[in-house]
Amino acid sequence: MVKKKQLLENEQLELELLLEGIYRRYGYDFRDYAKAHTKRRLEYRRTISGLNNYAEMLHQAIYDEDFFTSLLLDLSINVTEMFRDPWFYKEVRELVVPHLKTYPFFKVWHAGCSAGQEVYSMAILLEEEELKERTQIYATDFNERILSQAKKGIYPLDSIRQYTANYLKSGGLQSFSDYYTADDRHVILKSSLRERVLFSSHNLATDGVFGEMNVIFCRNVLIYFNKELQERVLQLFCESLCPGGFLCLGTKESMKFSTVMEHFEEVAAREKIYRKKRR
Amino acid sequence: MAKKSGKYQAVVIGVSAGGIAALEKILPVLPEDFGLALLVVQHISADGGNYLVEHFSASCALEVVEAADKERIQQGTVYFAPPNYHLLVERAKTTALTVDAKVNYARPSADVLFETAAEAYCDALIGIVLTGANNDGAAGLARIKQLGGLTIVQSPKSAEATVMPMAALKALTVDHVLDLEEIGPFLVTLATKREE
Repeated sequence: MVKKKQLLENEQLELELLLEGIYRRYGYDFRDYAKAHTKRRLEYRRTISGLNNYAEMLHQAIYDEDFFTSLLLDLSINVTEMFRDPWFYKEVRELVVPHLKTYPFFKVWHAGCSAGQEVYSMAILLEEEELKERTQIYATDFNERILSQAKKGIYPLDSIRQYTANYLKSGGLQSFSDYYTADDRHVILKSSLRERVLFSSHNLATDGVFGEMNVIFCRNVLIYFNKELQERVLQLFCESLCPGGFLCLGTKESMKFSTVMEHFEEVAAREKIYRKKRR
Repeated sequence: MAKKSGKYQAVVIGVSAGGIAALEKILPVLPEDFGLALLVVQHISADGGNYLVEHFSASCALEVVEAADKERIQQGTVYFAPPNYHLLVERAKTTALTVDAKVNYARPSADVLFETAAEAYCDALIGIVLTGANNDGAAGLARIKQLGGLTIVQSPKSAEATVMPMAALKALTVDHVLDLEEIGPFLVTLATKREE
């Protein structure tokens, strides 16, 4: 059994060297991602690529940029929906929007926006609340390829039933089909939805503070990080929010144990909506 | 209360169709001083809420909680994977959650829990596959066996849905095939088993 444990330790060492290599070669830092998840993703790529171990994978990753691009997609978080957790959006409408209505202009940041589903959800919500003209939405992700998907706003047709059900449950005011056109395989979101959206590259693991935001959405991203990186990112959000600004996390993400919690009050426990104190 | 000197430290359970009735024959049997952590994947709909925790808290001597992200796994506690999240175990014996794609059409998936727990606990892990109507858990149970853990499958004849136990029995040579009523008492004897 000692031997099996040693093999696992060796494998872990190789994996850490792979992540170190990726960071030094390409600047993408996955060293502080949650390890069990990262390993599962890399294991998948290793198996389908016919590589024997992570040392071989390191070699291929640093010499073969196309291979690295596929690794980058594997390590990106890309499972999301429009109006994911509809009750969350309902709470945004009822609790956050009234505050936004008091501002002549406000900024919203979707950090780790992936393929943009949650960005467009918020764009729809703000349009329905007649706040579109007063807002600037920033949508950022570290993965340029996923970001370019987000810019297009084209999603598989089979996802639309879920999106529509979510939209209705979230308290949507229109017919969801007003917001897209469909062909036989895709739904194409109305381009006017991104008039107020700026897509850009930003890496939460390595980049810094982002503007003076009124609302930050970062849902189901922190769970992929280890405690240290979670703390770094929460600091970054705290510094990027204006006083009275809102931070929205994923349902299973919490600021409870973070040192930045003292700067926030929890305004919706189940929905994980926090508000930065005015001091 | 925790018997930390025992051979085993944790139990992982994967269960699907017929699961609540099956777990009712296992979890309430375990005494307060059971001493091992239990991590359970019960396939449940995405908006299943906190039902499992509430249901089993009432009938169990052990503490029953929904697994949170990045939390130290405590002995003598039952952790349920939250609906619509995968539950993973880190090497440091902490929990982790993800919203990755479904595995075996399931999120949470037993394979995801089993494979990560196997690497964290190696031979100190007990893996159990119970009733269910898909193949989830079979590959994970094989990984547990490979890393020296103990493997248990509910006997298909005592299972409400036989597909999941059958898939596990096909995927590996399991250590014990037990009728549902035998599993709880057997775990109690394992909990006191010392390192050989």
